[in-house]
Amino acid sequence: MSEVQTAAPLLRVNDLHVYYGAIHAIKGISLEVHENEIVTLIGANGAGKSTTLNTIAGLLKPRQGTVELHGAVLNGLGASKIVPKGLSLCPEGRRIFQQMTVKENLEMGAYSRDPAEIPASLDEMFQRFPRLKERERQIAGTLSGGEQQMLAMARALMSRPKLLMLDEPSMGLAPILVEQIFDIITELHQSGATILLVEQNAQMALAVADRAYVMETGVITMQGPAQELLHNDAVQKAYLGS
Amino acid sequence: MIFLDNLMNGLSLGSIYAIIALGYTMVYGIAKMLNFAHGDVIMVGAYIAFCGLQYWGLPPIVAILAAMVVCTVLGITIEGLAYRPLRQAASLAVLITAIGMSYLLQNVALMIWGANPKSFPRTFINSSILHIGGLNVSSATIYTILANVVIMIALTLFTAKTKMGKAMRCVSEDRGAAELMGINVNRTISVTFAIGSALAAIAGVLLCSSYPILQPTTGSMPGIKAFTAAVFGGIGSIPGAMLGGVLLGVIEIFGKAYISTELGDAIVFAVLIVVLLVKPSGLLGKPVREKV
Ligand SMILES: Nc1ncnc2c1ncn2[C@@H]1O[C@H](COP(=O)(O)OP(=O)(O)OP(=O)(O)O)[C@@H](O)[C@H]1O
Ligand SMILES: [Mg+2]
Repeated sequence: MSEVQTAAPLLRVNDLHVYYGAIHAIKGISLEVHENEIVTLIGANGAGKSTTLNTIAGLLKPRQGTVELHGAVLNGLGASKIVPKGLSLCPEGRRIFQQMTVKENLEMGAYSRDPAEIPASLDEMFQRFPRLKERERQIAGTLSGGEQQMLAMARALMSRPKLLMLDEPSMGLAPILVEQIFDIITELHQSGATILLVEQNAQMALAVADRAYVMETGVITMQGPAQELLHNDAVQKAYLGS
Repeated sequence: MIFLDNLMNGLSLGSIYAIIALGYTMVYGIAKMLNFAHGDVIMVGAYIAFCGLQYWGLPPIVAILAAMVVCTVLGITIEGLAYRPLRQAASLAVLITAIGMSYLLQNVALMIWGANPKSFPRTFINSSILHIGGLNVSSATIYTILANVVIMIALTLFTAKTKMGKAMRCVSEDRGAAELMGINVNRTISVTFAIGSALAAIAGVLLCSSYPILQPTTGSMPGIKAFTAAVFGGIGSIPGAMLGGVLLGVIEIFGKAYISTELGDAIVFAVLIVVLLVKPSGLLGKPVREKV
């Protein structure tokens, strides 16, 4: 995690401002994600974490500031044009297509790719998530919460993103499943993925991440190596409950 | 035998409602709006076919294709010019725009073709009466029911199997998530309007083949009834539009034949009210789920 810092970042967010009507939700945040890093964005409810990810993904338009992937400016493109550039968001609340089968959901994840490449990617996902293989033809809305989260992550991976953004992948899951999700994140990291992770579970997020940003009401208040923040007094008080 | 005659007429009328209702239900499912101008696209389609047959001497099939092409372009244009700029606007604004668009189409038709009703020419569709057993069936009835069945099968396959069909299902379920897949939502909505409008052209020709009087308001009542059929079957659902349309047609014809000619339409709407009281999401509609 040290030598990558010197290269140009994969994702660079610069002075981002986002509004919901008159509400100033993101007030000038800047952050970077380097290749092969896991970076986590933690913060209390309503701090603006999801807004940040949704803006990077192109679902929301910033009023000011830039989002760059490999130096190419993404703002103003719209989400559907950003995906093929190598950025994929697994959104908060999973938002899988409930009425489609597991396999169809995965195929939709590869919507902008060459159809000929899809079977190989499907196999890859089924290997990583054997539970999904067993349920290939099941209607996604009937999956359990944990299975739905795995499907959402697999679907986001189907576009072969250079950067995977995960918005609260552990939300609403039993502790055992939370562990499983974090194991998957670690595995993805080991196989070379670059991840921007938003989490309520700051303890676990900081444990897997290389670097972290702490957000409070639309601004970044702290940043640094994850291990440092994990042992920082202020972070411990505010987010780790000790 | 009278009963069977009525049944055939009901199925035929219902098939027309069903084909129109498909346009309402697809647009509602995917763009989440009620396109009240849809009925008037039917009227435009019928006028184009009428001109093709009467003035331009086109063979019937070519006249129908011309009507489909014009309506497709019209549908895409209406969506792009009037509805797309309102994508983020309140649904009431969109509804009022759609009603305005409906009147605009009617008045433009009035300018071009005048207020005098035109009598729709005979074609192969309504050329003959077939005698099957003791039954007297107009060929228009057969073609209409057949068209309905073919369209139903084609649309089901389209949404189940094709890439664009699947993209439509995604947009209909969750527009934001669909965008995150790389689906171009605007293009998907355009294609939906294109399909709905092409079907409206077919419905216009079939309607005027069975009821050959054409005027600028021709699309209004069938449009409203088909909208009713879409709600009846469960708005947003393709099989629901089919079922709702066919049932509505049958109920209307039976109501007129056995209860009262004057009250035929009232019976139709009374049935709708009862169904919605018992099952607010319509016959095949899915109850609205709360997001977790
Ligand atoms: N659609 C919206 N319209 C208006 N305000 C919104 C909207 N979505 C979010 N906000 C506001 O923006 C702020 C940031 O919300 P956001 O969802 O980004 O927070 P978050 O950090 O992801 O919180 P959580 O941990 O609860 O998911 C909040 O004050 C929220 O009320
Ligand atoms: Mg959030």
